[in-house]
Amino acid sequence: MKRFLGFVKKEFLHIFRDYRTLFILFGIPAAQILIFGYAVSTDIKNAGVAFLDLSHDEVTQKLTDNIISSGFFKKTETLLNYNDIDKVFKKGKTKAVIIFEQDFGKNFVSEGKANLSIIADGSEPNTATLVTNYTTAIVNDFVTEFSSPALNKSIVISPEVKMLYNPNLKSHFMFVPGVITLILILICALMTSVTITREKEFGTMEVLLVSPLRPIQIILGKVMPYFILSFINVLLILALSWFVFGLPVKGSLVLLLAECMLYILMSLTLGILISTVSENMQQAIFISLIGLMLPTVLLSGFIFPIENMPKVYDYVSSVLPPRYFIVIIKNIMIKGTGFMYIWKETFILIIMTLVFTGLSVRKFKIRLE
Amino acid sequence: MNNTVISVHNLVKKFGSFVANDNLNFEVFAGEIFGFLGANGAGKTTAIRILSGLSKPTSGAVNVAGFDAYRQTELIKKNIGYMCQKFSLYEDLTVKENIILYGGIYGMNKSLIKKRLAELLAKLQFQDYENRMISDLPLGLRQKLAFSVAVLHEPKIVFLDEPTGGVDPITRRQFWEMIYETASRGITVFVTTHYMDEAEYCDRISIMSEGKIVALDTPERLKKQYNATSVEDVFIKIARPN
Repeated sequence: MKRFLGFVKKEFLHIFRDYRTLFILFGIPAAQILIFGYAVSTDIKNAGVAFLDLSHDEVTQKLTDNIISSGFFKKTETLLNYNDIDKVFKKGKTKAVIIFEQDFGKNFVSEGKANLSIIADGSEPNTATLVTNYTTAIVNDFVTEFSSPALNKSIVISPEVKMLYNPNLKSHFMFVPGVITLILILICALMTSVTITREKEFGTMEVLLVSPLRPIQIILGKVMPYFILSFINVLLILALSWFVFGLPVKGSLVLLLAECMLYILMSLTLGILISTVSENMQQAIFISLIGLMLPTVLLSGFIFPIENMPKVYDYVSSVLPPRYFIVIIKNIMIKGTGFMYIWKETFILIIMTLVFTGLSVRKFKIRLE
Repeated sequence: MNNTVISVHNLVKKFGSFVANDNLNFEVFAGEIFGFLGANGAGKTTAIRILSGLSKPTSGAVNVAGFDAYRQTELIKKNIGYMCQKFSLYEDLTVKENIILYGGIYGMNKSLIKKRLAELLAKLQFQDYENRMISDLPLGLRQKLAFSVAVLHEPKIVFLDEPTGGVDPITRRQFWEMIYETASRGITVFVTTHYMDEAEYCDRISIMSEGKIVALDTPERLKKQYNATSVEDVFIKIARPN
């Protein structure tokens, strides 16, 4: 045991002496959370809209005010005719143009029916959809507010939509669990595979193997520090998302941390497996980054829903551990569900951990032969 | 000199159908400097891995430091030291930290490590380097230190796998002085090398070719037997019989 502790201490020294390792361990996660949380936002805020008002009456004025004061939009320009529409889009600041037909107010009051066009910049489909949805919602609100029973000939049915679990549809809710999932697997797998191949490359692994340390002690000693540091990392990310984005953990914190530990363990065994198949550090880095980062971002359901993918991708993604962890972490953090709802995913992660461990042990033995 | 520390009888090691070690027989005695020569791919590394408990023989009897190479590899590991051609100290740790680490791995207690550390630093005139990173040291110094670390726990046998690769002649000379000093303390030195002049320094040498030991004796007798002026000559005559 004393031998082992001395060895673990050495591994900590490696980590703390190398500012790059420290940066990857703690700098990148914090940066990722902030970047994904702020920059990669799918909410709209102050999107530019231009108005082409062919009617110029009280009603259009009121509606324009409503749209601008909603907080989602800001007015970029007032257009005079249809020819300006193309020009204003080409300038780039304007995401949508709202056009009121001639005699809009008159038609609205007398006939209860008026036409309004929303033209959105389709080169950014996401923003375009959001902008049109938001505008439509504001217009509908306006209609409901404006129609008093006396004026109204038909009954207006206004559906009230409520977003469960994430009432404001904040995108942080989606990104924080995703980033935790991505970062943990990347860092754990990358770091362990690199630290083990480094010993191979520098020839120190030979010396360790010839020493009385057992192979299992060598591997555990190399992995243990990363387990501890990654766990601290989880706590930091959770604290960061709580203080910066106000994202609470709805479910049991203990359950969440336990699941994180399982996921860290799984990632570490994956890292060990990568190290047994790579000859040098570059290879280990390459496999970890390309092999894990892209599939995790694209196929795990982190950003794009798996249900919308072709079946083939669904099968591919079913061997990716992040896919299961994302379900677990979203359930606990955002829906606040208990273990009953995530036992299946947990079970799969446990199986994966065991498989990776088994494969690594076998590979390791073959190498020793 | 007949206190045997390594005895190998009919050692065979196969990888599938490839025979890496073909019926090796030799003995190494306590306090001896035993040179293990052979071209690349002759099977030296395979044999060293078996002797150091890293891999198991296919057949034959192998005894190292009094322990069986099939069942007692853990005990073998405790009683041997090892230094390989690739550099084996941690560059981002200080001299002192490296010594504490390896001492700890070999189960030495703190006071013993401290005592050996002080002795070692004095012997190498290394006192000023105690808290320097290994990466700050010139290669020659590192190599000497790596050797000292390999014998830190006073093993019965130390295996040196091409220890002087890439080292300047003066350092090689000093390195061999360390080897002599170690052998005089009763530690058996089992060394592989590419430098034939180094082979002359050994008490006995064996030459391997295609998995077999083709010559084994003192350098003098081998030279006489092959009518050669140097070990290098012997080596060439064995490799190209015509």
